Amino acid sequence: MSEYKIHALVCGGTGCRASESDKVIENLQTEIQKQGLSDFAQVIKTGCFGFCEKGPIVKLIPDNTFYTQVKPGDAREIVEEHIVKGRKVERLLYTAPDSDEKVSDSKSMNFYKKQIRIALRNCGIINPEDIGEYIARDGYEALGKVITSMTPEGAIKLIKDSGLRGRGGGGFPTGLKWELTRKVESDVKYVVCNADEGDPGAFMDRSILEGDPHTVLEAMAINGYCTGASHGLIYIRAEYPLAIERLKIAIKQAREFGFLGDNIFGTDFCFDVEMRYGAGAFVCGEETALIHSMEGNRGEPTLKPPFPSVEGYLKKPTNVNNVETYANIPVIINKGAEWFAAIGTEKSKGTKVFALAGKVNNVGLIEVPMGITLREVIFEIGGGIKEGKKFKAVQTGGPSGGCLVEKDLDTPIDYDNLIAAGSMMGSGGMIIMDEDDCMVDVAKYFLDFTVEESCGKCAPCRIGNKRLYELLDKITKGNGEQADIDRLINLGNVIKDTSLCGLGQSSPNPVLSTIRNFGHEYEAHIFDKKCPSGVCKALMIYEIVEENCVGCTACARACPVGAITGERKEVHKIDPTLCIKCGACEDRCKFNAVIVK
Amino acid sequence: MSRIKVELKKDQVDKIKEICKAFDNAEGELINVLHKVQGTFGYLPAEIQEVVAQELTIPIAKVYGVVTFYSFFTMLPKGKHPISICTGTACYVRGAEKVLDEIKKVLKIEVGETTADGKFSISCLRCVGACGLAPVVMVGEKTYGRVAPEMIKGIIAEYADQ
Amino acid sequence: METVKITIDNKIVEVPKGTTIYKAARQLDIDIPVLCYMDLPDLKIEHKPGGCRICSVEVEGRRNLAPSCSTEVFEGMVVTTHTMRVLNARKTVMELILSDHPKDCLVCAKSGNCDLQDMAIKLGIREIPNQDIAEMSTYRKDFSPSIIRDMDKCIMCRRCETMCNEFQTVGALSAVNRGFYSVVAPAFEMDLEDSPCTYCGQCVAVCPTGALTEVDHTNKLIEDLSNPEKTVIVQTAPAVRAALGEEFGMAPGTSVTGKMVSALRQLGFNYVFDTDFAADLTIMEEGTEFLDRISRHLKGDKDVKLPILTSCCPGWVNFFEQQFTDMLDIPSTARSPQQMFGAIAKTYFADKIEVKRENLVVVSIMPCLAKKYECQRDEFAVDGNPDVDYSISTRELANLIKRANMDLNNMQEEDFDKPLGESTGAGVIFGATGGVIEAATRTAYEIFTKKSLDKVDFKQLRGMEGIRQAEVDFDGTTIKIGIAHGLGNARKLLEDVRAGKSEFHAIEIMACPGGCVGGGGQPLHHGNLEIIKKRTEAIYREDANKPIRKSHENPYIIKLYEEFLGKPMSEKAHHLLHTHYSDKRKKIIYMK
Repeated sequence: MSEYKIHALVCGGTGCRASESDKVIENLQTEIQKQGLSDFAQVIKTGCFGFCEKGPIVKLIPDNTFYTQVKPGDAREIVEEHIVKGRKVERLLYTAPDSDEKVSDSKSMNFYKKQIRIALRNCGIINPEDIGEYIARDGYEALGKVITSMTPEGAIKLIKDSGLRGRGGGGFPTGLKWELTRKVESDVKYVVCNADEGDPGAFMDRSILEGDPHTVLEAMAINGYCTGASHGLIYIRAEYPLAIERLKIAIKQAREFGFLGDNIFGTDFCFDVEMRYGAGAFVCGEETALIHSMEGNRGEPTLKPPFPSVEGYLKKPTNVNNVETYANIPVIINKGAEWFAAIGTEKSKGTKVFALAGKVNNVGLIEVPMGITLREVIFEIGGGIKEGKKFKAVQTGGPSGGCLVEKDLDTPIDYDNLIAAGSMMGSGGMIIMDEDDCMVDVAKYFLDFTVEESCGKCAPCRIGNKRLYELLDKITKGNGEQADIDRLINLGNVIKDTSLCGLGQSSPNPVLSTIRNFGHEYEAHIFDKKCPSGVCKALMIYEIVEENCVGCTACARACPVGAITGERKEVHKIDPTLCIKCGACEDRCKFNAVIVK
Repeated sequence: MSRIKVELKKDQVDKIKEICKAFDNAEGELINVLHKVQGTFGYLPAEIQEVVAQELTIPIAKVYGVVTFYSFFTMLPKGKHPISICTGTACYVRGAEKVLDEIKKVLKIEVGETTADGKFSISCLRCVGACGLAPVVMVGEKTYGRVAPEMIKGIIAEYADQ
Repeated sequence: METVKITIDNKIVEVPKGTTIYKAARQLDIDIPVLCYMDLPDLKIEHKPGGCRICSVEVEGRRNLAPSCSTEVFEGMVVTTHTMRVLNARKTVMELILSDHPKDCLVCAKSGNCDLQDMAIKLGIREIPNQDIAEMSTYRKDFSPSIIRDMDKCIMCRRCETMCNEFQTVGALSAVNRGFYSVVAPAFEMDLEDSPCTYCGQCVAVCPTGALTEVDHTNKLIEDLSNPEKTVIVQTAPAVRAALGEEFGMAPGTSVTGKMVSALRQLGFNYVFDTDFAADLTIMEEGTEFLDRISRHLKGDKDVKLPILTSCCPGWVNFFEQQFTDMLDIPSTARSPQQMFGAIAKTYFADKIEVKRENLVVVSIMPCLAKKYECQRDEFAVDGNPDVDYSISTRELANLIKRANMDLNNMQEEDFDKPLGESTGAGVIFGATGGVIEAATRTAYEIFTKKSLDKVDFKQLRGMEGIRQAEVDFDGTTIKIGIAHGLGNARKLLEDVRAGKSEFHAIEIMACPGGCVGGGGQPLHHGNLEIIKKRTEAIYREDANKPIRKSHENPYIIKLYEEFLGKPMSEKAHHLLHTHYSDKRKKIIYMK
């Protein structure tokens, strides 16, 4: 890296690529060449910067200038102005929403200020397709240290002391998990990386794999050394082609450099990694289901015990950790357990990556210390609610997490607090909802997801979630009865109490938590037959305001079912029995004469 | 799952056999094999599953059981320009459903179906991870971000003559 | 053995480490309800998918309820099986299961014999909340020659899948689809008839609901019995008499031969005959074929195929015609006793009583569902008229007897009609695993050695082990015999044969656990295989009490050869009593 004076880091993550970041890179390279600066400036395609809301991101170092929403056509100006003349392109700089001032250095942006990046430390900084850049940032140092100077027990103790807990959702202590696998005697053992990220709205694992694939390989090798495994498997979603591609490159490079393969660092430790592909089943995030899927079967979970640490892949002891968990390992080894344990709360150490999405200004991927409050995350890092609307709820923990509300905003985020508040950490999805979101509809949306993703093995999840969905559907259609709420609660509790795996044990959470926090919205649907947020179609009534109607007939022509009648230049009328509530009339009316009640 | 009848040619059967062989005809590689075969043929009709079952010496019922378990696998061919709409949470709360309704209306097909001319098919997927661009629609490999229902006709028109 | 002490419902019990809560509770006579669970220790199958969650119990210190069927105990565990939380959960889950199940119990084949119905009664289910808005999963009804699949009634216990795949290794069924629409089905949800199904009926035998039932011919039988134009004769398989009594409340293992004969006669059959007679005939043909092959082998003939495999089990025949098509020349060509009976009845016997073939209806009572298919095979018909018109199961017969207002308990003991009703002990033991080969040995020994047996019992051939082997001394020549019951066990022996590793001269194979006594058409064992052992005992008891115990000494068999067939393997015998096998792989798709 050091030969060049200026490095232009361009995000090559899935989000920014969708906004033509590849073309931005190409154009930057062409312009640099045109200017004869090929020896002076270099373009590097990195992983995700996290600030997806404002992508594509281009960051120029050494002065840390952070350009947002860069279009391919902007490349010329960046090169001519910034690289050649040293003048920042003002219009591409980020504008702080609170002060309306241009911010040039990402470090002083609210979005980044409170973040501590451990798992994401290399994302947006290195070229993920170049092992040299990973090595330059202490890559594979931890692996060398562990296998040349530490016993497996010593390394496990270090991980235990750090207090690291599984980042995939369960929060099981990572060191303890490794120790359990270590203790089982077996000729063959496996370590697995769970990269079957399935929570809608969560993409941290994908970003890590796209932006820093070597950290996962290094951690898996360390895990292999500690548990006594020489085979590693990465179970990754087939829907992540870029992550797969970068992992393949990384594995190849790591083999060439001798970090994977036989006699690593000249020791007798041998370890290699292969990939297995998921095929679109959310339940495969559960480790027993994941193992069955890797074996070529339907991804149905089985009861634990036996735990995978005793009987896992091909009936051999298997240690499964998720991507983010692995990404923490090399840093913990290098910086020590105490350093890591100093971050976070008493029972939840270190940081957590969240995918901030929904009705928040700064959508993106963030890494924050455990113990930060939801308020800090949503209003400082996230920049508050879009379009100045009112915050209503935040859904954490993915589709089976719970909805938290205003009163929960000052709760420090950690595993135990979120559970106590009626939600969970999950893999780190965080969806913000505002006053326009109907909470009954939101609960129904999540149930629709779990119904579709239930594997069908156990009755409560297979049938129960379907019945929950049907009850919610009944309520949103205006047919709800008082008894339905009690039924939802009883059914929800029994499904949680009796389901086989984590999917069913948590799938009623969105229903139960919205009933708890937004009971009045349910009541409005049931008793008043009204949807306070104006989302539930069946409960809407379209009417024409006589005073505003000029009789232009536009609405009548737009109506697909002929529900609107009226002569030219006369007030029109909507027949509510025919109206299908499509909203076409409202869209078409130029006089604000169609209103929704 | 609805079915269509397919007649496999000898070179196609050979190709499937070759893929199975590349995975040592091992039972445990079933999902990898199915990925590869679907990657080659675009979908997994019964006829293909039968060859795979025979090569890996596993019951065809099991192969079908696996194919129908995973939403990534399909027994129906997709359109020339498969349209996928993200219905992940971030996209949902930013109006993905209205976009989906518009696509269905314009193409006059439902999710999982292909237009009569074989050009377009619609599928839903859960989070492509471009939540910053929500709601997101993909046509083939190309991603469209911040899609509003009004944009759908224009997007589809881009592919109409291809 | 390491043990742990636990408390269940305030009672303390010490059990071996690794025991499940369910089994520990059984030791305390606490009967936790189970639905999907199935324990078949003799078959080395403990099916505990933890799917129905009816067996949930409360464990102190645990966040959620534990499925007792599959949760192992630990030292100091405190379990309560009937807290209000548990009872409510059980009831709610049961309501869920029933919300996706038809409510037409009144006309269901399994009514009164249904685990789901029993559970609904036990849990006091009176209504299903929100049934009006509850979608039910519905499927096409599938009729095969033997089995009816009505998957609307499937509760996804997946016992059938386990039997079909793990025990039988047939692989016709698998769980398909996902979530609410998941169901057990053949590939592509095609008809069972187009799948590799062998009709062994073990799926039907374990199905807790009316999802899998047999094709019922009782109404057809009533029609034929009331038709004065028809002469209706019946043959009863050996295993039927050892199990039929169970349907009338008799203890398992009660032999009801005489009462059954009397009931059949009262039902209106013109002649009541015995498949055991045909079993003796089978021994004559199969035994002769065996001796022929072994003699040639001993003389050094390299072309002779050994081992010889028995061929009287139709499920087994279906199995090898689909899965071992490269070995179709090694099973005996002898037809099964059911079909030998039919062939003789519609020729020799029809001539004797001067009834035209088309007016003679041959009905078989079988412990088996594959027999329903077997008698429909083209090769067992003359000009479209089948040798055996149809087969009804033990269960169907019990039902018919009850329908005719009879109680088997009150029946007189009567004897079978002659000539096709006379049999030896060798014919009776066809009903149990190892029985066919023992019967064959009795005859083959005497013909081969030209000596008379002192003792006809070959105990080394009996037992419940899935795969057994034994050696019999044929006066200096050692004959090696293999026995398997269950098609998964058969597969192991067959693979050895295919690999050239088998040293057996003869192998007996039965598709069902315990042989025909555990057949798919027998009274339901509801997971208790002790019942099958009792039936086996009844079979051997009946054999021991028979005056003649060797097939070749059956006077009516001797007479049949004298009057009609000539000698075993004669041209006539070949034509009537032997068959051929063909590749019946379901070439449904690409190879067509």
